[in-house]
Amino acid sequence: MTPNRRKRLYLVLGIVAGVAIAGGLALQAFRNNVTFFFDPTQVVAGEVAEGKRFRLGGMVKAGSVQRTSGSLETRFVVTDFKHDVSVRFDKVLPDLFKENSGVVAHGRIDAAGVFVADEVLAKHDENYMPPEVTRSLKRGESRLGMDEPSASTQSAQP
Amino acid sequence: MTPELGLFAMILALLLAVYQTVAGLLGPWRGHTRLTEAVIPAAITQFLMLAVAFACLVWSFVHNDFSVRMVAAHSNSALPVYYRVAASWGNHEGSMLFWILVLSAWTVAVALLSRSLPRSFASRVLGVLGFISVGSLLFSLVTSNPFLRLQPAPPDGIDLNPLLQDFGLTVHPPMLYLGYVGFSVAFAFACAAMIEGRVDQAWARWARPWTTVAWMFLTVGIALGSWWAYYELGWGGWWAWDPSENSILMPWLLGTALIHSLAVTDKRGLFKSWTLLMAIMSFSFCLLATFMVRSGLLTSVHSFAADPGRGVFVLVFLALVIGGALSLYTWRAPLLRSQAGFDLTSRESFLLFNNILLVIATAVVFGGTIAPLLVDALGLGTISVGAPYFNPTFLVPMLPLLALVSLGLFAHWKRGGLSGSQRKIFGTLALALVLGVAMMLGVYGDRSVLGPLGVMLGLWIVLSSLSDPIDRLRRRLSLPPAVVGMTLAHVGLGVMVVGITTMESRMLEQDVALRPGEQAQLGEYTFRFDGVREAEGPNYDALQATVVVTRDGKPVGTMQPERRAYWVSQQSLAEAARDVSWRRDLLVTLGESLGGESWSLRLQVRPLMRWVWLGAALMALGGLVATLDKRYRKAVAVAREAAATPAAATARAATKIAVQKS
Repeated sequence: MTPNRRKRLYLVLGIVAGVAIAGGLALQAFRNNVTFFFDPTQVVAGEVAEGKRFRLGGMVKAGSVQRTSGSLETRFVVTDFKHDVSVRFDKVLPDLFKENSGVVAHGRIDAAGVFVADEVLAKHDENYMPPEVTRSLKRGESRLGMDEPSASTQSAQP
Repeated sequence: MTPELGLFAMILALLLAVYQTVAGLLGPWRGHTRLTEAVIPAAITQFLMLAVAFACLVWSFVHNDFSVRMVAAHSNSALPVYYRVAASWGNHEGSMLFWILVLSAWTVAVALLSRSLPRSFASRVLGVLGFISVGSLLFSLVTSNPFLRLQPAPPDGIDLNPLLQDFGLTVHPPMLYLGYVGFSVAFAFACAAMIEGRVDQAWARWARPWTTVAWMFLTVGIALGSWWAYYELGWGGWWAWDPSENSILMPWLLGTALIHSLAVTDKRGLFKSWTLLMAIMSFSFCLLATFMVRSGLLTSVHSFAADPGRGVFVLVFLALVIGGALSLYTWRAPLLRSQAGFDLTSRESFLLFNNILLVIATAVVFGGTIAPLLVDALGLGTISVGAPYFNPTFLVPMLPLLALVSLGLFAHWKRGGLSGSQRKIFGTLALALVLGVAMMLGVYGDRSVLGPLGVMLGLWIVLSSLSDPIDRLRRRLSLPPAVVGMTLAHVGLGVMVVGITTMESRMLEQDVALRPGEQAQLGEYTFRFDGVREAEGPNYDALQATVVVTRDGKPVGTMQPERRAYWVSQQSLAEAARDVSWRRDLLVTLGESLGGESWSLRLQVRPLMRWVWLGAALMALGGLVATLDKRYRKAVAVAREAAATPAAATARAATKIAVQKS
């Protein structure tokens, strides 16, 4: 091999090795750090692997938000209008968090069956709904065989 | 009447864009000089039409014409007038029109400043830009007309999303769009060069300043967006690996690669086909980003499918632009073989590594951004990919990249071995090591590995960037803007790396519940909560808390975070209070009343937060300074001389020599 060829070979081998390592690490990181989304119906049906961190999405049930007076701890119920999941959270709630409005919480189910959230998002698109929640609600409607959008999803439209 | 006038102007602009495309591309091909000559006036008239159209939209917003759907959906009569103006680009339809206006502005700039380019080449560049304009105008007119009327008109509008009622919104999208769209110029230069089948150093020299300016705007746009998220969203997040953020980061990474690859093509005539590919890819990612974010594809597949017209149109247009350019590339690239070789440790090599690592970084971001879409499309569930994936994965290409920056700065063109630079390399490295460890251990008491490593790499970049200009000054050599710009940009990178690493590894954050008079301790700062009182803004009511901050008993400042309730949208929004210095940012955000007089507050201490913005500002400034270099204007002058009559050229050359001598 000419020196030039050899140099090029090293370069190409180096690049391939670099890309392979980066790709492998990325896949590894990906597998460990992806969080799945579930709605209350799926949670109640036991679709979530035990102890796994996931995202819970739905509506904050009207009248369900409870505070321990003077402390940060908040309890509320996330519903998809068929099943409910209780949530506990002990940080500052986001601005857009309110009853009867969409929410996505990150966390795990504890031994008592309560979803302990470490992050609560009330982030939404310009129609004031988290997209996954809109979809989950729509899916729920088709499960029930409803054609017309319910009042709750309609309020999401401008 | 005004909205209809705007729509009419848009349609006229579309016709002019069609002419610009056809004449710009056909003229040089068929040798019709008449056709070619009219391309520039067509581009200018098109810009005027689009300016009229956009002015009509702004007018409708300012005059509260709620019969226009956009105004009714995104504005309100109680909104202050400056936000009404900004609201005109704070929605999908208006921002598309703005995007097209910016594209047209870039086109006119190219038309006017590139008089010195060979005429057929300039005409082809304008033709390609015209094609992009046709596509976007059609998209806007067919699927997202900003001038649609509502019948009957509502009495008042729904209001602008309070998050967008901010100075950040006023400047962030225009800067971002200037950057996004600016890469269309590099793209058009690449396409025109491929059509002509000729890429040389002169070509790279023409394309360089345009690319650098676009990159500069993109840098400013991203930094402003991040800054806005940091202080307006109120919770201290400055980068969330959100799909819309990723979609801006990808063209920035590729654009950075393009700038460095162009430098090699310009200086050494190498990497020609790679440069073309980077020019195509960076603009493709700009287009992808604009349309994906704007059509909602990235936030949710659902909202995309909700308007199939938009989605299909976008896909067809993207396929035409990207597919067309890439086919042209596969056809032409084999013609562009570079002859010269270079050593493994030459500057060319380091710039090649730079490009490869930046492309890997882009791929990492792209993978994480697109995965939720793929998983969802395959029916495997709804997933989200966030910081836990991006943070470690992004570092994999970034750490070697940062380590190689300094070595690359010391390397020579063509010649390997880093000869004569070893002392400087080890000197700066040792200094960076000492400073980095001293800073992290001494000031912050950090015992981790990644924190000091990042700070050390950042400092090394700063020191080695300064090495060349200091050397030049000492030897009383000239300091051309190109060198100053490069130095500024690299120092900016280093400063940003130091800022990000320190801030991310040493920041403190705590959510607390406090009664008036109570206090909380965070790091060396004491926050005393003095209660909440009512206040009123132009279109909102607010609850304002008073928090007195002290450090070792000495007063630092009084912070007044607010919680605002906007009258029209009934949205409640936290407005964080900041106390800012070069050492740290203090952030206090007011949560809600917890009963029994107690309130929730989030307290944050973020060391060196300012350095992140300073780094971005230095990078952008570096880009600006580098474009001022005489080399680019000299290239223009030479081309101009070649075009002029030989006699005049000789005369001018003679004068120039005389001037240079004196």
